[in-house]
Amino acid sequence: MIRFTLQRLGGAVLVLLALSVLVFGLIWLAPGDPAKLACGDRCSPAQIAQVRERLGLNDAVLTRYADFVRGIVAGRDYSTGTGVLRCDAPCLGLSYRSDRQVTEVILERLPATASLALGAMVIWLAVGVGAGLLSALRRGGVTERAVTVLTLAATGVPVFILGLLLLMIVCAYLRWLPFPSYVPLSQDPEQWAWNMLLPWLTLGLFESAKYARLTRASTLETLAEDHIRTFRAYGVGERAIVGRHALRGAVPPVIALSALDVGTMFGGAVLTESLFGIPGLGKTLIDGVRVIDLPVVTGVVLVMGAAVVLANVVADLLYAAADRRVVLS
Amino acid sequence: MSGLGRVSGPGRVSGLGRVSGTLTRPAAGAAQTPPAAGPPVPSSPAGVLRRLRSRPSAVLSAGVLAVLVLLALAAPLLTALAGQDPYAYHDELVDSARGGVPIGSFGGVSADHWLGVEPGTGRDLFARLLYGARISLLVAVGATLVQLAIGVAVGLAAGLGNRFTDHLLSRVTDVMTALPMLVLGIALTAVVPADFPRPLLLILVIGVLGWGGASRIVRAQTLTLKRLDFVAAARLGGNGPWRVARRELLPSLAAPVITYAAILLPANIVVEASLSFLGVGVKPPTPSWGQMLSNAQTWFRADPLYVLLPAGLLLVTVLAFTVLGDAVRTALDPREASRLRVGTRKEDS
Repeated sequence: MIRFTLQRLGGAVLVLLALSVLVFGLIWLAPGDPAKLACGDRCSPAQIAQVRERLGLNDAVLTRYADFVRGIVAGRDYSTGTGVLRCDAPCLGLSYRSDRQVTEVILERLPATASLALGAMVIWLAVGVGAGLLSALRRGGVTERAVTVLTLAATGVPVFILGLLLLMIVCAYLRWLPFPSYVPLSQDPEQWAWNMLLPWLTLGLFESAKYARLTRASTLETLAEDHIRTFRAYGVGERAIVGRHALRGAVPPVIALSALDVGTMFGGAVLTESLFGIPGLGKTLIDGVRVIDLPVVTGVVLVMGAAVVLANVVADLLYAAADRRVVLS
Repeated sequence: MSGLGRVSGPGRVSGLGRVSGTLTRPAAGAAQTPPAAGPPVPSSPAGVLRRLRSRPSAVLSAGVLAVLVLLALAAPLLTALAGQDPYAYHDELVDSARGGVPIGSFGGVSADHWLGVEPGTGRDLFARLLYGARISLLVAVGATLVQLAIGVAVGLAAGLGNRFTDHLLSRVTDVMTALPMLVLGIALTAVVPADFPRPLLLILVIGVLGWGGASRIVRAQTLTLKRLDFVAAARLGGNGPWRVARRELLPSLAAPVITYAAILLPANIVVEASLSFLGVGVKPPTPSWGQMLSNAQTWFRADPLYVLLPAGLLLVTVLAFTVLGDAVRTALDPREASRLRVGTRKEDS
């Protein structure tokens, strides 16, 4: 198990390094003078030169990459003409537009994204897993047919269409809810929850189809295994078989996939955030792209990538912990 | 090539792949078993077609897609027939006093404007929807071709190369599959000059970021195929590795690659729509469904058709591709249908 863990972590570090090269290459390849971008339109050549010096843009590419990585690992200093601006690790650079540290911006936006992802998870675990279990246990009935048809239809539906239709029906026509506008949890928990309800539903229901299929498949698979047949032959009650034994087989994949999905969403549910105006990481990315704030864009991409990669590792480990055969293969 | 469609490589499946493998298994379980009279040779073209025709859902979705492709191809003709132009503004058709709501019922449907006009600008909706279909299909097909080209090349090289090559390419493939495509796509669109043609940019971005799955499948297939007798015979016959790859392996790879393309196409349509929805895809005034949906948010009550038409088109297209892809997969190889899905990556959020 230890060896398996180390292997997976090693792989993750490799992916992260590749990502950092990619992301750095992005800034480096970008057309236009970063110093001019950072300085703004009304800068004199002297000011631009100063900014270029401050951002270290005169150095060789490899030096700049090394500085970039060092900034993430150990932090770095930027000279501001009058003094030194300390950017602590993990330093992802300074925003072109606001002179704020990118790390700070990201940390500020993270809670909104996290609350979206976790709320959605509650919904897909309840709705998706519930529907999957029901359809696996009531084979041949209306329930099974309904779940199968619904999940098939829901596969491939873009999340923003689901969100748009929900907005249209719930807010514009039925008027059950006002159009959501984000309220921070710290400001007013009740309003926060009401305004997050639709984003949670959108993302949660979107993912539910996947979880329903997964749960159904793994439950059916477990129920078909020899040891279940043996239990049945011994006269173990159906309730005990399902509750104690079938679930044991059905749950690990769900947990592993949930870890993966939450990680991906921590990395930003870009579309959902954009649709509902939630000021999370995804929206930060889009806003950064719009004003060509490259350090913010690259910082967010790195954090999102790291979230996905780490989630992959966690999912693998959780799966391995639940099912030892994985480690051996 | 008969009989080869059945062969499926063991592949190197990561823990993640295992999860998604389990995840997609019901697709095969839910699908009807092919007709018992089906021939034992799964990949003969006639057999595949017969199996496809025997499934009403496949026939229906193929029909829907054929109509859609025809409409997209004939878009200039059809809009000319309607006497419309997707770019012409009609200020007289929208009520500027009410913020630009189309005048008339159902979003301004009239004899001239068959599906009404766009709120705010008065541009013909029928024309814009059709031209949107062109963009959507163009980007999706183009991106799929790029993905398959890179995926087949890398997968073949990994499968045929020595241990070092295989290891290196497999790691690169792992990295490509692990990275979030939508996020990187957004970032890439930020650093490309504004005058670069957007559809081409989207094709390249989606293509270059999304070949990991294809590469995995081709590698796994290649590893299996190269151990088979007919490949060994070709090699013993004095053919070089490239000739073997081209003459013996590529034909046998066609079935899994086509199957995987059927998975990629709808996914790529969604990615294009998503990027355009986020405002980093196709740039106005070029029409695209995703962009329309992003604009439509302010017109829910005043002009519901403006939301429902592009949303409906997008849904029908994706669904038709998905259903047809599923049918093709089963028809090509009923037994291995589920396994090919392992490389699928679903772009969410």
